[in-house]
Amino acid sequence: MHYIGIDIGSTASKVSVLDDEELKLNFVMPTGWSSVETSNIIRKRLEKEGIDIEKARIVATGYGRVSVPYAHKTVTEITCHGKGAYFLTGSHMTTVIDIGGQDTKVITVEEGKVTSFIMNDKCAAGTGRFLELMANTLGVSLNDMCQMALKGRDISITSMCTVFAESEVISLIGRGAKREDIARGVLNSIIGRIKTLLNKQGIKGEIYLTGGLCELDPFIELLSKSLNQRVSTSSLARYAGSIGGALMARNIV
Amino acid sequence: MGDYRDMWKNLGMDLEKHDVLCEALPQAFGDIYLSQENRPDAMNYFNYALAEVHGARIQEIQEEKNNGKKVIGTFCVFVPDEVILAAGAVGVGLCSGSQFWIADGEKVLPRNLCPLVKAFVGAKVSRTCPYFQSCDMIVGETTCDGKKKAYEIMEEYVPVHIMELPQMKREKNYEEWQDEIKLFIKKMEELTGNKITVERLRETIDLCNRKRRALKRLYDLRKNIPSPISGLDALLVSQIAFMDDIERFIEKTNELCDELEDRVKTPNANGMKRIMITGTPMAVPNWKLHSIIEGLGAEVVVEETCTGTRYFENEVSSEGDTIDDLVRNLADRYMNINCACFTPNRGRIDDILRYAEEYDVDGVIYYNLSFCHTYAIEYGKVEKALKEKNIPLLNIETDYSEEDAGQIKTRVEAFLEMI
Repeated sequence: MHYIGIDIGSTASKVSVLDDEELKLNFVMPTGWSSVETSNIIRKRLEKEGIDIEKARIVATGYGRVSVPYAHKTVTEITCHGKGAYFLTGSHMTTVIDIGGQDTKVITVEEGKVTSFIMNDKCAAGTGRFLELMANTLGVSLNDMCQMALKGRDISITSMCTVFAESEVISLIGRGAKREDIARGVLNSIIGRIKTLLNKQGIKGEIYLTGGLCELDPFIELLSKSLNQRVSTSSLARYAGSIGGALMARNIV
Repeated sequence: MGDYRDMWKNLGMDLEKHDVLCEALPQAFGDIYLSQENRPDAMNYFNYALAEVHGARIQEIQEEKNNGKKVIGTFCVFVPDEVILAAGAVGVGLCSGSQFWIADGEKVLPRNLCPLVKAFVGAKVSRTCPYFQSCDMIVGETTCDGKKKAYEIMEEYVPVHIMELPQMKREKNYEEWQDEIKLFIKKMEELTGNKITVERLRETIDLCNRKRRALKRLYDLRKNIPSPISGLDALLVSQIAFMDDIERFIEKTNELCDELEDRVKTPNANGMKRIMITGTPMAVPNWKLHSIIEGLGAEVVVEETCTGTRYFENEVSSEGDTIDDLVRNLADRYMNINCACFTPNRGRIDDILRYAEEYDVDGVIYYNLSFCHTYAIEYGKVEKALKEKNIPLLNIETDYSEEDAGQIKTRVEAFLEMI
């Protein structure tokens, strides 16, 4: 029997497959403009991998969770990230930071169960989308921007809003500020937002980063430094939501 | 709805714009209310009252005006209806819950302001609310900075009387509120030409107490597991209470309660999570949070808000032989409302904890209209108190727009998965 978690995020869609023993498969693809279209492509891909969709148990999560017609159940990404992070860390007490395309969440997970959570307000500041936009403005890749930031001086981007922050970056470029410094400012800005959420929520146990930024080592380094606490993650952490979904699919009778 | 165009025209309304508002409401009401299953039959009256909210009820009010009665608009549960009624006037609640009015409100107000204030100002400025257009005077109160300053703008459109609500609950503040009520009595006597006698005031105290009792009875019935009425329906009853004829409202609410009493004799366990909402008011047609929560299969069983318990809790004593005695009774009851405009406001936390137990709730959702600072700040105290009792809490800050409905749905859904 296969248990499948499908996490349709605002930017990327993640899929994880479990059997009764272990994690068998993970893949990611851009969500694109239509979640329904994306869920069809996922279905084909799963069939190509030799998975019998008809026999599998499927949980959909993420903002596009209602657009997966072949899912048996939908669960919010908050619960799924909690389950997924517990599976990946195995620790009794974890504070999960999930930086998504359109929102950032801090989730307290105790024994695999979400005990409280907090999300940023309805705006893109402090999200993955913010970083992507800023990298674009600087004309570099996300990874390069993070590398640059390590070499930069601390400057602050003061605008709370993504749109205004972008014009602030443009005027910094205009004034001839070094790209490294601006990159550092961009990262400081998002880290500041995360810190605010963490302070509100309170840190319990280890901090674990999930979501699309989990493989950006320079970002994790700066985040750990700023929090005075090591932030752990793994290359599978981007799949925390879909893994959590697959785990929950095991409970479907 | 009948043809009320001539009446609206006579009220000086912007008919074209008002048509746009009238078109949107039946669709929303149908989707949110009429689609509910197993509604009490007695809700038919409240469906009717809502459908005719700008029609038949306004016609009644016009008839009263033709008979020489004055119409008084209010915005807050602190303004004593007893005084308005004792002067032989009609009172209507003018708080506005529609996104429709925001754009017009923003013509004269800053954007970063509470949607309730923007909406009631927009309703007046755009001449699309027949209640507003019917008012001979509006009564403001100093509960929040936004409203306080908005009344200065209102003054350009309609006579305004402001009651200065104290912001602390010391003995001297109770006395100050008594003085304010006396000034209000004087103002109402001048406006209507009617003397407010001890007998008349005692009668209207009894009348308003009967209204409170009917609402309390409805809320007490919601303590049953499962609640015999949806949170959406109970909210609608509360909202209608602010504009309906009082005697009829009491009768219809009691009829509803009779039916609900029959229902609770044969409870059908539904396993739904029971939710308390606490925070800022939900004026008609603001059904946003209730419809999200109940759409996800949970039930709202109590609202600790101005469109909930704060409106009907505690009665006014009718003991006493003089106007001064009755005014003291009024002040004692109204000053006991636990609004976040007071400092400190420990009473509200006690209320929330008591309701959590009485209504046997599984979780609390803190409802904060955007830019309502007093409630937003008080969240911290409420959070701490609920954490100590291990009662799960979710904070939702939102306005009247539908833009964030998806995000709120995700939060509420995750909250329900968690508790």
